[in-house]
Amino acid sequence: MASLFLLNQTAGGRTSPFACSAASFLRGPVEQRVSQLSAVPHPRHHCGAAGAGEKGPFQSDDLRNLSLSGHVGFDSLPDQLVNKSTSQGFCFNILCVGETGIGKSTLMDTLFNTKFESEPATHNEPGVRLKARSYELQESNVHLKLTIVDTVGFGDQINKDDSYKPIVEYIDAQFEAYLQEELKIKRSLFNYHDTRIHACLYFIAPTGHSLKSLDLVTMKKLDSKVNIIPIIAKADTIAKNELHKFKSKIMSELVSNGVQIYQFPTDEETVAEINATMSVHLPFAVVGSTEEVKIGNKMAKARQYPWGVVQVENENHCDFVKLREMLIRVNMEDLREQTHTRHYELYRRCKLEEMGFKDTDPDSKPFSLQETYEAKRNEFLGELQKKEDEMRQMFVMRVKEKEAELKEAEKDLHEKFDHLKRTHQEEKKKVEDKKKELEEELNSFQKKKAAAQLLQSQAQQAGSQQTKKDKDKKNASFT
Amino acid sequence: MEPSAMPEEEMPPSVAPSPAGCQLFGYVGIEAVLDQMKIKTMKTGFEFNIMVVGQSGLGKSTMVNTLFKSKVSRKASQPSQEERIPKTVQLQSVTHVIEEKGVKMKLTVTDTPGFGDQINNENCWDPIIKYINEQYERYLREEILITRKRKIPDTRVHGCVYFIPPTGHWLRPLDLEFMRRLSKIVNVVPVIAKADTLTLEERAEFKQQIQADLKTHAISVYPQEDFDQDPDDRVLNDRIREKIPFAVVGADQEHQVNGKRVLGRKTKWGIIEVENPAHCEFPLLRDLLIRSHLQDLKDITHNVHYESYRVRRLNESNRPALSPLNGLPGKAEGSSDL
Repeated sequence: MASLFLLNQTAGGRTSPFACSAASFLRGPVEQRVSQLSAVPHPRHHCGAAGAGEKGPFQSDDLRNLSLSGHVGFDSLPDQLVNKSTSQGFCFNILCVGETGIGKSTLMDTLFNTKFESEPATHNEPGVRLKARSYELQESNVHLKLTIVDTVGFGDQINKDDSYKPIVEYIDAQFEAYLQEELKIKRSLFNYHDTRIHACLYFIAPTGHSLKSLDLVTMKKLDSKVNIIPIIAKADTIAKNELHKFKSKIMSELVSNGVQIYQFPTDEETVAEINATMSVHLPFAVVGSTEEVKIGNKMAKARQYPWGVVQVENENHCDFVKLREMLIRVNMEDLREQTHTRHYELYRRCKLEEMGFKDTDPDSKPFSLQETYEAKRNEFLGELQKKEDEMRQMFVMRVKEKEAELKEAEKDLHEKFDHLKRTHQEEKKKVEDKKKELEEELNSFQKKKAAAQLLQSQAQQAGSQQTKKDKDKKNASFT
Repeated sequence: MEPSAMPEEEMPPSVAPSPAGCQLFGYVGIEAVLDQMKIKTMKTGFEFNIMVVGQSGLGKSTMVNTLFKSKVSRKASQPSQEERIPKTVQLQSVTHVIEEKGVKMKLTVTDTPGFGDQINNENCWDPIIKYINEQYERYLREEILITRKRKIPDTRVHGCVYFIPPTGHWLRPLDLEFMRRLSKIVNVVPVIAKADTLTLEERAEFKQQIQADLKTHAISVYPQEDFDQDPDDRVLNDRIREKIPFAVVGADQEHQVNGKRVLGRKTKWGIIEVENPAHCEFPLLRDLLIRSHLQDLKDITHNVHYESYRVRRLNESNRPALSPLNGLPGKAEGSSDL
């Protein structure tokens, strides 16, 4: 049996990104779990003999195998390694993709046996958005930072062309954040809160026929970025025989469309058996429920209908127990590892290649990445410089143009002004002429008037003289 | 059971939301992840690289053989070599794969024959420092590749055991210089070699003197005080620090004592049992190195020494072209220290 020669309890720790944990629980929960599971063989964990014919990790010709003549004690290494996590804790991030109302939150509650507070989403969302919530769970001495990411509004729109885009962007953003942290000069990877999605539970609606095209498209986009585990939600609406047909139809559709779902690892003898048996049942048909119903003499999670009770943890009723086994109890670590070694590395490779970096070329300079950095930077600076020059030139040109334009305009204005002036002068002259004319006329008129008046006055005088004479005559005649 | 706290509201996708506590109503099975992890690590195996430094004749090879209870040292694996003191310090590594109860370990022991043996020992630590940095460099290269290997081979030196000759007075200038330089880049574990030449009182006095010397010169040997994470660690490590340096005796021959076969040195005046804590502190060293702190040694090497090497290396390549407004579009945010 594994002997735990821990001089003192915890070997204090700095952890690696794949944090690891604990010590003395080997006996306890192993048996506990065995008794809890009904028909599933439990992976035996003993530090027993390694597989006879399998190639060990260090089998190579230039390494000598030595036999020890006594007990050295490094068999406690896995325990030391695993010890670190009790203080650090694990991170596990699940992405739930599925239509609104398909039972994602309820399933999470049921899976982790707790109540995550959340309100159900409406169906009026204009687009798909992702809501991430983090919870800290603790079981015996294991701390788990669980992050559940929900797709709000998935499948609600009329036009679902872009439904997958926010999901892909979110996953990429998490990878990007990790990549940035890894590329930093002063980095702190060992206490980095890993937000990369480790598992994606894809909820398939229980139509009973086949996958929807939205499902196919989304899964195809996600399969190279995340471990997809398809599950059939609300499986209590499907009868047993229909379920079987439905499952095989889904699997064949997935295969024919080339969707890579998560394969449970079968390379390790301890878990190979259970993983193989479980894989047959994919996609798991699950029922979620947080309410307890009295069955027999115990309370169990179930859904009560007028025609009967669907028990969540009864393997004949649904595959919930299988899902829980696979997701949490058997493969959680593998999911995390796959995310890091496969999906993240793929993302990293693509991203770095896209940025123009290559691995060391034949005339290998030390630190080719650095050289590429430098080259890129110089290139970039050169481009900047060129752009600057261009802009400057353009600016000068524009200025010149504007100047010319303005000059033209000025000239025009001057001309107009001159023209106006001339016109004005002409008009003035005309007016003066007219004025003169008028004055002359006036003068002549005045003269005429004067002459006329004179005449008139003369005539009047003559007249008055005449009348005077007349008067006198008259007077004279009277006298 | 009521849930203990409300979860945080939604945040922009790239910001990790701060977690809220939740009560579990029943057994979920999260702790099974520990098992899974253990199985995985046992399958991949472990690597451990240890370096032994000290003058010739101090019993380094014997000590390593005793530690790993097998003939891992250089002498044992290359018996045909002539035993001559080399003119310069050379480093020779021997790698073995050992297995115990299903746990496979790839052990590399690096020996430094010629260290401190010349008349003029100036800069005899340079080849060692160069070797250690080379291993860091190799790892860094692998890590920076675009297409990385699934498991980067780890040849970095996780621990360096320095053998102090049992003069009984104080540390010699060579010891101080060496430990000062090396404790900055690697975990140094000093041990008093051939401790059977010191009586218990002399041993205690010697240790005190050494500890005082180390403190005066600000040399931080393993377990370093700065890296204690929580109070438990501190208590634990303080107890170890009181006993540093361990006074060890190495032996690879077995003798009969009280009807049992024990590893020990047979002398005219008695048998010095190596594994007897009353006789020497070899068990403490072994427990420290292998049974309890092996992973810790590796972690400190990876998280502290390797990272500081990486910082140094990346900074020095950038210095000629440093300016505040540079940076590549994609990398700018991440490599802000460039």
